[in-house]
Amino acid sequence: MKILVAVKRVIDYNVQIRVKEDGSGIVTDNVKMSTNPPDDNAIEEAVKIKEAGKATEVVAVSVGEEKAQETVRKALAVGADRGILVKVDGATEPLAVSKILQKIVEKEKPDLVFMGKQAIDDDCNQTGQMLAALLNWPQATFASKIEVKEKSLEVIREIDEGLETIEVNVPAIVTCDLRLNEPRYASLPNIMKAKKKPIEQINASDLGIDTKPRIDQIKVEEPPKRKAGIKVASVEELVQKLKNEAKVI
Amino acid sequence: MSILLIAEHNNKDLKPFTLNAISAASQINEDVQVLVLGSNSDSVAKSVSECPNVKKVIHINNELYENYLAENYSSAIIKLSENYSHIICSANTFGKNLMPRIAALLDVSQVSDITKVISEDTFIRPIYAGNAFATVKSNDKIKCVTIRPTSFDPAPSSGGSAEIQNGEPGDATDLSKFIKKEEIKTDRPELGTARVVVSGGRGMQSGENFKLITAVADKLNAAIGASRAAVDAGYITNDHQVGQTGKVVVPDLYIAVGISGAIQHLAGMKESKVIVAINKDGEAPIFSVADYGLEADLFEALPKFVEELNKLNTIQK
Repeated sequence: MKILVAVKRVIDYNVQIRVKEDGSGIVTDNVKMSTNPPDDNAIEEAVKIKEAGKATEVVAVSVGEEKAQETVRKALAVGADRGILVKVDGATEPLAVSKILQKIVEKEKPDLVFMGKQAIDDDCNQTGQMLAALLNWPQATFASKIEVKEKSLEVIREIDEGLETIEVNVPAIVTCDLRLNEPRYASLPNIMKAKKKPIEQINASDLGIDTKPRIDQIKVEEPPKRKAGIKVASVEELVQKLKNEAKVI
Repeated sequence: MSILLIAEHNNKDLKPFTLNAISAASQINEDVQVLVLGSNSDSVAKSVSECPNVKKVIHINNELYENYLAENYSSAIIKLSENYSHIICSANTFGKNLMPRIAALLDVSQVSDITKVISEDTFIRPIYAGNAFATVKSNDKIKCVTIRPTSFDPAPSSGGSAEIQNGEPGDATDLSKFIKKEEIKTDRPELGTARVVVSGGRGMQSGENFKLITAVADKLNAAIGASRAAVDAGYITNDHQVGQTGKVVVPDLYIAVGISGAIQHLAGMKESKVIVAINKDGEAPIFSVADYGLEADLFEALPKFVEELNKLNTIQK
């Protein structure tokens, strides 16, 4: 079995982002970038399945600018066998990314495609489901447990009401929740080894995919600031304030 | 052109967030038609028809839809889509799972999780965990939009009598199969719609200690929330998680206990009307969004809180 894992390069989850003064977007110059956190879970799961002898190859793919190569390289350092970088300039909507991934799937013919359930930059939560639709494959979204069976997967999904278990036929798309596993850190020897693993570079335009955004981003603004609150000295004072000032109890 | 809104339900009752989505849809266009896909789901179709904002209910009653699977749902929806300008549902795990599958089949770039309607094609949506808001204009012929339910008041659930029309099921697929759902039953208000939410974080130190949170929540008729750290640590189940990748809540009162206030948690609660933080670390970022901060040991503060609430006998249910 072969697993393709899609990874995205995003602003690091610990960075407090800043909106550009002209409202055209978010400041990304000199900002720390990392792998989208649930994509780390996706790679970890694929590598674990391979280590368990149930997969033969793990291929990491990223769609983005030249520097997204670092994100692919990180996936190689934690156990992916080889990488693919599809180069695109500027912002790419999930629809275009899923069309690019469709081309990669047609070429690579994986049995499973894993990725994070949501990217923490645009918070769209679309790409996996869109790719599943384009391929006419089943989708198991928000996965917190994956069991590989003969020709299917049994997946526990985190949903609003609790947990849901579904079975999907292989080939399938799985989008991963943060609770799926604990991503490992890359060891130094593995980081060195990853430098020798191959990364194929492809231009999105050579795949014949139009990546021009369909949605106009008119402006980006900061949210209204909450006005500073007060510190109370005791529980008694807190309850009095909630009752008499805020009138919420 | 009309709006096609996809109802969320359990074949018996309509899920409340559908009413929030209906109210958002009404701001886009008054001709809101609701699709109920279900099995033995007449009661759902009837209750949707009683919402005065709804102009027509399309009811597709077939055993294919006994359980919600995006593969089956999307096939039925695509067949209906050409008569509509917008396809809409809530941006909860139901809609997040479903809508992108529909959008891709229609070759549409979806607009996710909108918090405001500007016009029929322009919306505001949060990005970067709500640390920025983008105004976006969709240029696709059919607009696929998901609604952040807590940003819109629910539409009234009674007073209307829309026509219920039966529709044809879509193609059956055997791509996926429902096995089971473990729903956590509770008498408490639902986290997403509760007036008061009391949440615990890593500072609770154990699942057992959540009983201190429960005691306060009982007094306030509150829902119980949690930070991702508390869920990851196994203190409480995932359906309680508030934050960027959990639920977004907007209660009148949010009480954060032993929660440091990571960006990802704030994303799920900072629109609450009144925020209280109880934390022994006076430098915790949660205090920067709290209206009332109490720097204290939660193991002393929570029992005391219950004691003080007992002294008031005016708690509103």
